[in-house]
Amino acid sequence: MAVLQFREALRAAMVEEMERDENIFLIGEEVAEYNGAYKVSEGMLDRFGAGRVIDTPISESGFAGLGVGAAMAGLRPVVEFMTFNFSFVAFDQLVNNAAKIRYMSGGQYAVPIVFRGPNGAAGQLAATHNTAVESLYSYFPGLKVVAPSNPDDAKGLLKSAIRDDDPVIFLESESMYGLKGEVSDAADYLIPLGKARIAREGADVTLVAHQKSYWRALEAADRLAEDGYEAEVIDPRTIRPLDIDAIAASVRKTNRLVVVDESNPFASFSSEVACQVQERLFDWLDAPVLRVTAKDTPAPYAKNLIEYYMPRAEDIVAAAKKALYAR
Amino acid sequence: MAGETRKQARQPVAEGKAQGNGISAVSQNGHADATAEDGASEAFVEYPAGAYTHEELGLSGDDARAMYRNMLLQRRFEERAAQMYGKQKIGGFLHLYIGQEAVSTGSAYAMEIGKDSAITAYRDHGLGLALGMTSNECMAELFGKVGGSSRGKGGSMHYFKKELNFYGGHGIVGGHIAVGAGIAFAHKYKGDGGVCLTYFGDGAVGQGSFHEAMNLAALYETPCVFVIENNEYAMGTATHRAFAQPDFYRYADSYGMPSALASGMDIFSVYKAMSDHIAMARNNRPSILEVRTYRYRGHSMSDPANYRTREELDARKEQDPIVRLKGYLLERELASNEDLDAVDAEIKQEVMDSVTFSEESPAPAISEIYEQVYAQTDYPFLTD
Ligand SMILES: Cc1ncc(C[n+]2csc(CCOP(=O)(O)OP(=O)(O)O)c2C)c(N)n1
Ligand SMILES: [Mg+2]
Repeated sequence: MAVLQFREALRAAMVEEMERDENIFLIGEEVAEYNGAYKVSEGMLDRFGAGRVIDTPISESGFAGLGVGAAMAGLRPVVEFMTFNFSFVAFDQLVNNAAKIRYMSGGQYAVPIVFRGPNGAAGQLAATHNTAVESLYSYFPGLKVVAPSNPDDAKGLLKSAIRDDDPVIFLESESMYGLKGEVSDAADYLIPLGKARIAREGADVTLVAHQKSYWRALEAADRLAEDGYEAEVIDPRTIRPLDIDAIAASVRKTNRLVVVDESNPFASFSSEVACQVQERLFDWLDAPVLRVTAKDTPAPYAKNLIEYYMPRAEDIVAAAKKALYAR
Repeated sequence: MAGETRKQARQPVAEGKAQGNGISAVSQNGHADATAEDGASEAFVEYPAGAYTHEELGLSGDDARAMYRNMLLQRRFEERAAQMYGKQKIGGFLHLYIGQEAVSTGSAYAMEIGKDSAITAYRDHGLGLALGMTSNECMAELFGKVGGSSRGKGGSMHYFKKELNFYGGHGIVGGHIAVGAGIAFAHKYKGDGGVCLTYFGDGAVGQGSFHEAMNLAALYETPCVFVIENNEYAMGTATHRAFAQPDFYRYADSYGMPSALASGMDIFSVYKAMSDHIAMARNNRPSILEVRTYRYRGHSMSDPANYRTREELDARKEQDPIVRLKGYLLERELASNEDLDAVDAEIKQEVMDSVTFSEESPAPAISEIYEQVYAQTDYPFLTD
């Protein structure tokens, strides 16, 4: 086990995969000479050369589409968005082309591509730079969506995403790139997509949370423990395909569920989990499924507003207690 | 190979001429006259630095002094903002315009503020102030306070000022270019005689929105001036690394529009160029104006700007537009050193006062999160 930063774990995954398969290349804004806007690709230009670590103009629609074409033709692109807020410029390429070409071609063409980059909020960036996209992209059948919360998962999942034969939206976080954690140094460390991780066991209430919210949920679980409630924390890791079985097994044990998600609440990841759980487990539930999400508005700039806007540990504690009919 | 550094080919043909300004008698990228090396014909006008006097442009001494004050206010405001960022009074991204002030001021004096419109990207403090936004509302917006132009909800990248027809600061590269075409469309539709000045960086030229908007504007003959503020870099990417054809004014050819190249280091060049292009726009003739300028600071506060040399930066600072105008005012005896020192002192005080104003302005109430989402304010879901 080596202790790596989140960004280093991502880089290790890309480097290992690029050494294994020369059809893999990395393309995006500032990925090469600048070493990545957030230094994820630091040193990769030196290692692989400008033919495989490729700087682009600010042309998201263009280079995302170029990636789709290259993938259809047999390469395995890793496309970096400087942040996923900018992927909206390339929306058509992601949702019409990447997601649907396997289906529309009757299986003749695959699109083995990874779109990766930071997702969601990173402080006072205001409305256009604060969008969490997991709910949005997981809406589209044909796309897979991965959102790891620690360096170990980041490495194992990114390697799997790169090897996957379908398009994967791989979500990182600006504020988590410096996060350190132990990372397996197993020779070929692959974590399968679509498998949740039980991060903390508990019998009283289930908290489902990914990425930054996952850390808030752990904080909340600690606080709940002080009050005598044991929360089970499940990190779904993959948003689509969703490991609903793992969530259901936990809810059968705790009979209470709180879903935490940085997305806006309407038609979102959290509403999907709530819906699936009530469909399957209505009789097992002792309380309504509750959600803690970003507020149902665009993101504000002011410090006090954005802090309140995002899911906070205290909001999760409050929701859990409500589900527990406590206090 | 796609990722390899692109051609450095379009360097100045006549080294000796390419100095002293944002541009020289030739374009920086090597077009000595109206015929490109490849023989493609192109008609464009140049507005080099040092070519105009204020009298020739019909400006009074008062105008020239006011332009000086207008530029210096932007400079001092941003210097102070940078300091406040260091003190964590300001959060998020802060992109400074320092070095580019002649572009905003030159155009603010060429347009009819209130009748004409303007829209720009996220590097928007300079244009906001040039158009007449107050230091108080600008600084308070950075502080995220209710005294800010958007009540603290937009921050640095999203200044807006409706009374000035300032349609914003926009954070997504390129998106607002089409919006600018739309504002111009509305001027024409309403027949109000106004034009829209649409500003964006060299980096935005890589976006589909740029090319789509050019064609739409030309097709519908909208009264729009597309101002490309070419400061040679988009974040860490020098223009020649991102563009197969980095002489941006030449794109106008493809859309049947007139275009020109102006030095952004001389306010009179910008003023003259903008005046000419605004006149074309008033006749529903959209155009591209490429202004060669330079940003002294990093892309944002976190960028150490290692992609350029100290020498390059110093050489560009030598052509500073504020220093240039100061020299001009002194040389022509339009102002004395004491006069200009007094202006500086007054501006510094104005900016300090804006800091005090921002400190004292309250943070928005939490309930403001739910305000301004829709026109209808009493939807039951607009609450915790
Ligand atoms: C669509 C989109 N992609 C990427 C970014 C990130 N980004 C912000 S500014 C910038 C560089 C823009 O350069 P330029 O247009 O030349 O303007 P300048 O910063 O030089 O004023 C980039 C890549 C963004 N905001 N929007
Ligand atoms: Mg630029």
